[in-house]
Amino acid sequence: MAAMPFAGLAMPRTAFAQAPATSAVNTTGLAVTDTDVTVGILHSVTGTMAISETGSVQAEKLAIEQINAEGGVLGRKIKFIQEDGGSDWPTFAEKAKKLLVNDKCAAVMGCWTSASRKAVLPVFEQYNGMLYYPTFYEGLEQSKNVIYTGQEATQQILAGLDWVAKEKGAKTFYLLGSDYIWPRTSNKIARKHIENVLKTKVVGEEYFPLGHTQFNSVINKIKLTKPDVIYAIIVGGSNVAFYKQLKAAGIDLNKQTLMTISVTEDEIDGIGGENIAGAYACMKYFQSLDNANNKQFVSAFKKMWGDKTVIGDVTQAAYLGPWLWKLTVEKAGSFDIDKVAEASAGVEFKQAPEGYVKIHPNHHLWSKTRVGRARPDGQYDVIYETAELMEPDPFPKGYQ
Amino acid sequence: MVIRSKSADDTAFMKPLEIVSILIIAALILVVLPATLDAFRLNLVGKYLTYAFVALGLVLCWGFGGILSLGQGIFFGLGGYCMAMYLKLEASSVANTKIQSTPGIPDFMDWNQLTELPFFWLPFKSLTLTVILIIAVPTLFAFFIGAAMFKRRVGGVYFAIITQAIAAILTILIVGRQGYTGGINGITDLRTLQGWDIRTDSAKQILYFVNSGLLIACILLAQYVKRSKLGRVLVAMRDKEDRVRFSGYSVANFKIFAFCLAAAFAAIGGAMFTLQVGFMSPSFVGIVPSIEMVIYTAVGGRLSLFGAVYGTLLVNVAKTAFSESFPELWLFGLGALFIAVVMVFPNGLAGIYHSYVDPLVARLTRRRPAETEQPLHGAPAE
Repeated sequence: MAAMPFAGLAMPRTAFAQAPATSAVNTTGLAVTDTDVTVGILHSVTGTMAISETGSVQAEKLAIEQINAEGGVLGRKIKFIQEDGGSDWPTFAEKAKKLLVNDKCAAVMGCWTSASRKAVLPVFEQYNGMLYYPTFYEGLEQSKNVIYTGQEATQQILAGLDWVAKEKGAKTFYLLGSDYIWPRTSNKIARKHIENVLKTKVVGEEYFPLGHTQFNSVINKIKLTKPDVIYAIIVGGSNVAFYKQLKAAGIDLNKQTLMTISVTEDEIDGIGGENIAGAYACMKYFQSLDNANNKQFVSAFKKMWGDKTVIGDVTQAAYLGPWLWKLTVEKAGSFDIDKVAEASAGVEFKQAPEGYVKIHPNHHLWSKTRVGRARPDGQYDVIYETAELMEPDPFPKGYQ
Repeated sequence: MVIRSKSADDTAFMKPLEIVSILIIAALILVVLPATLDAFRLNLVGKYLTYAFVALGLVLCWGFGGILSLGQGIFFGLGGYCMAMYLKLEASSVANTKIQSTPGIPDFMDWNQLTELPFFWLPFKSLTLTVILIIAVPTLFAFFIGAAMFKRRVGGVYFAIITQAIAAILTILIVGRQGYTGGINGITDLRTLQGWDIRTDSAKQILYFVNSGLLIACILLAQYVKRSKLGRVLVAMRDKEDRVRFSGYSVANFKIFAFCLAAAFAAIGGAMFTLQVGFMSPSFVGIVPSIEMVIYTAVGGRLSLFGAVYGTLLVNVAKTAFSESFPELWLFGLGALFIAVVMVFPNGLAGIYHSYVDPLVARLTRRRPAETEQPLHGAPAE
């Protein structure tokens, strides 16, 4: 685990003596005392998003526990206050404000959907808080007050399209998505890349309301147009209907190439591995990733939350939040938000389960992109990863 | 049902007890709460009070008129969106949106490849027009729904279902046309009103008092309607619609009026919500919030204008308190509260008041207001 200056000191009193004075590391009245520091956890644990966000909460709690076991941050144990966003965006804004104004949290790990992030962003900017946001998202945003620990759209999409064009010789793409900002922006980027860079063709593009469950008509269109690749960005419960109906319509994903950027191991839990086996997913993390960091992470996660839990891309990104914050605070030598924001660029986390990450000056992470192939048991086989870290580019030129 | 003899205070605008009630409410929201709560909690109460506008409208149209609308979120949302569109345009000045491909239009339009402002956004460049539209759009919409339904004598459960369907349609429309409406994210990051930063604590305090003042004005207006001949016709209609019709009244027009007034109240609430919370999203337009608003009214007592305010406050305070203390269990606590209220006190908080506090007050003051109040409150409703 991460280098920890106070870990392993024989006498707690020595450790305490080495911890810098509160007045020096906290000049803006955050909830920092001589012995502990308070952070917030803000996710939906009720409502329609609970199923997705629970993994993030678990990962954040695990990271906090591990950091505390190693001695905390600047010699202070992390305490957390958890609030429920209730899958409701205004509630997120209300709770974010509470965490910042009432509880004076030094950092907040939280949000999942873009809508919830958009709702809390003005709150974090107004009250000068620090948000660690775990989800892969559409980009087009950058804030001093947010660290985006998931991938932005170009990072996640471009390498996967290059791979499928090269390995599968794909010439035609059918784009699908749930109807909101992330799938639409992602498909816009995908389309530009498909048409302008790969010089291939988009033969169809369709969107469905969130929660939609009738995909028969689009499946018929897919059967007629016979695209080389179905590119699917369908989210939430709709996935279950979509993949079951694909299978029922006789589309075998071992023969028909399908690439998704929205189905992690968490979603497969609901879809059923047998319904999606053979599909390709493009993201930065899979639970089956074969490296020492990840093995430790997976076993610690299962030890804390049970053997049946699965870990998806976002869960891993949520785990990065508390660690990156800790490393940044120690680099800055202060809990002050301005200093943490300033010190963020260049912070590296070598023990990340996904391998290695580093914060870019635009507050997104440098990370590798990987392609996995779904197995019937609900896990992915990682079959490709980019050689280099992908640079985050939230305002991509030529893709807007 | 008791037939009342006409007495002097029967036609008065307010009975003494009602004057006391409104003074208590005014004292509570204008003095007690601002004096005891910090800026953050006061802003929350301000947000809750915007729902009280909706609950107030529901007392008029459901409690008195017997028209159960499960779609008040439509009007709350329309009012809120009108306000949000104005504020968003102000926040999207060319200077603020330099990094967009098309500066000067709201950010979400730019993300959706729109290059110019859609025509229906144009009126929202003017504050005067916006204020007019905040009331006019929802009221006209309610008028069309009401005219289409009530003239055909669609009522009761069918009307409730249709309002619910309209709420669902409107949500889908807003979510689906995200280039024009902001989609599921809603219209976010609203900053200033005519250059006045609405995000600061002092601005929120001022907005709280504006909101409270408007709420009291609306209560007085509703009280006026309740005590006028119009209010009597509404109650008569609720209890025996045919008799009212045979007496020569145009039942449909009265219903349309009640429904439009409720819509106008909801719209004011929506606009004040946007101002105080700083954004508007489709999650206030749909079926779930609409039903929640009916619950506020039911908890407060659907026959009581004052109960509507207390019910809204109670449910929302409980919601916030439960969810802060038990983030993973709070919904169960809230559910239990509703069941308890409905099972034990079918007339809500106002029912408790009338069964226990009123007689007590009467005994203490040697008056008997409970008797004159009784017929209204004992009456069955749709």
